[in-house]
Amino acid sequence: MPSELLEVVKPEVESAKETASATVRPRKTVAPRTDVYESKEQLQFFIDMPGVKQENIDITLEQNILTVRGGVEPPEMPGYRLTYAEHDIADYQRVFTLSNEIERAEIQASIKNGVLKLVLPKSKAALPRKIAIQSA
Amino acid sequence: MLQKFVASDLGSSRELELVQQHLNRLFSLSNYAHSEYPLLNVWTSENGAIARAELPGLDPSEVEISLVNDTVTVQGERHCQSGNENQLCHRQERRFGQFSRSLQLPFRVDAEGVQAKFFDGVLEITLPRAESDKARKINVITE
Repeated sequence: MPSELLEVVKPEVESAKETASATVRPRKTVAPRTDVYESKEQLQFFIDMPGVKQENIDITLEQNILTVRGGVEPPEMPGYRLTYAEHDIADYQRVFTLSNEIERAEIQASIKNGVLKLVLPKSKAALPRKIAIQSA
Repeated sequence: MLQKFVASDLGSSRELELVQQHLNRLFSLSNYAHSEYPLLNVWTSENGAIARAELPGLDPSEVEISLVNDTVTVQGERHCQSGNENQLCHRQERRFGQFSRSLQLPFRVDAEGVQAKFFDGVLEITLPRAESDKARKINVITE
């Protein structure tokens, strides 16, 4: 039974591998810790990405799927050996599904001290609107 | 018959648990399940050690490093960066508050030579081994 299941899944995995091979990195990936806040006008994301440089961040918004990637360069310590490790040296990747319409052109991203801050303004259409009642 | 059935049933649930564990490790934040903060990686050589701690969101001025004999201590406070009353919080996974972490080294440290760098939310402390602590070659004199 499990092997049959595997057979079914296999072609899909293979095709996924092929499409991924152009961008694949032989590195583990972890989900970064994230805080998400919402106000009337915008969404704010604070994403912990220690060790990631600005040029290695990749943010995409497709429909309502927000994908954040951060590449970590493994540290080079010539003459030294890693003897004790509590955290992985891994890339970061996380996918968020947004429930609101976002003004795509006005998304702001900044990174400081290893924390990526994203500000996603809600689109005008999604903002709460007051409806005036006209007396007949 | 029943016993056999139960046994095999148990076996399969154990397998399922294993699969679940593997999947959790793949997809979850399990590598953050440590109670210690910050997490440390340590590199060593015969000349000393380099310790790296992940401290995203901290300013170098907010981190205090002290050295007593062979123990180095990193402490500070991480402030909550966001959140006011008008905001709705969807997720809060990042930690904040005071922290203190000590690392005892298996050698004496040359206190004068200790260096600390902070970049991209990573603290790197270089801890050179004291000259007097290094291995010495002893010449054998033939009489």
